[in-house]
Amino acid sequence: MHRYANPTRFLKIARVVTPIVALLGLALTAAGLWIGLFASPPDYQQGESVRIMYVHVPAAWLGAGGYMSLAIASATALIWRHPLATIAARAIAPAGAAFTAICLISGSLWGKPTWGTYWVWDARLTSMLVLLFLYLGYLALSASEAEKGGEARASSILALVGVINLPIIKYSVEWWNTLHQGSSISVVNASSKIAPELLTPLLLSVAGFSFLFAAIVLMRMRAMLAQSRVDARSRRMAEALA
Amino acid sequence: MKAKHQRLWLVVGALTALGGAGVLAFSTLGEKATYFYAPSDLATGPAPTDAIRLGGMVEKGSIQRDGETIRFVVTDMAKTVPVTYTGILPDLFREGQGVIAEGRIDPATGTFTAETILAKHDEKYMPPEVAGAMKKTGAVTAGN
Repeated sequence: MHRYANPTRFLKIARVVTPIVALLGLALTAAGLWIGLFASPPDYQQGESVRIMYVHVPAAWLGAGGYMSLAIASATALIWRHPLATIAARAIAPAGAAFTAICLISGSLWGKPTWGTYWVWDARLTSMLVLLFLYLGYLALSASEAEKGGEARASSILALVGVINLPIIKYSVEWWNTLHQGSSISVVNASSKIAPELLTPLLLSVAGFSFLFAAIVLMRMRAMLAQSRVDARSRRMAEALA
Repeated sequence: MKAKHQRLWLVVGALTALGGAGVLAFSTLGEKATYFYAPSDLATGPAPTDAIRLGGMVEKGSIQRDGETIRFVVTDMAKTVPVTYTGILPDLFREGQGVIAEGRIDPATGTFTAETILAKHDEKYMPPEVAGAMKKTGAVTAGN
């Protein structure tokens, strides 16, 4: 584990892995969205608006999953002080926030024709909005910490505290009566209430979005490491000139 | 004890305390965070006089149209509440489908007057042909 926390070793591996992950992500997303938007049947109740699901569901899963990885990276940064962990957390946060926003916007656009409203304050929608605010709070706090050049302590603690929202999002549709429907897919039972014709493009686009998410994080981590090297070098040069 | 072990236990302890606080908060929050009441919830205790949300299934064969006004019955398979509503309905409003009505219940007649109607969608997704075939075999009832 410690071997891979070395930034030089990480950069060496990331240079090879990033394009593979990015291409896989693009190919799977293209396949999933092509089948989902053009080559799959409509739903018996919702009609064509079911196709929003192929963007909404992967975005929702990655918004929540991204937060879990943000919290793990933050815990690693707090406890073991790995330099890469803070960089990983800062790379994950904007991607997670973007996917959460896509989830909220696409869900709202689906809600209007299906439910008859863009937004309601039920437990699922509200907890998902709280997730977006947690991401935005983390981004603001970690940006100010990065500016000061100190450790990412406050932002890491914020990321960990926010973890309590993840089970609330997941189980909100079971614990309370909500307008949002319950889960269609159960990973534990490996069962689904979605017909195979509609499930295949959904799983393809979930896989594609996941690889895209990983590619964005890797690209951002490489850029941030490169930036810190540039900063260190220009500091040294300024000191040599002074 | 090494500093990093101390930090590890500190984080674990803090998260456990946070989880405990969360559980306590939720047991208090309880029903307050619920988005709507089912007819059975309304059957116990006196009828609320405030505006509430009522949720359940539109009972089959209960829809009566009277010009702009529509009457139907909301059921949770145990209790029922009659509802009247005047206005535009969402596309997915149909018999046997989930519905949430916002409005007030008349304590005298027990009739719910809705100001807003939202259609609730369930978690089942399938192509129309499959739904048609399943309806024939009785695996799925209409709109369920």
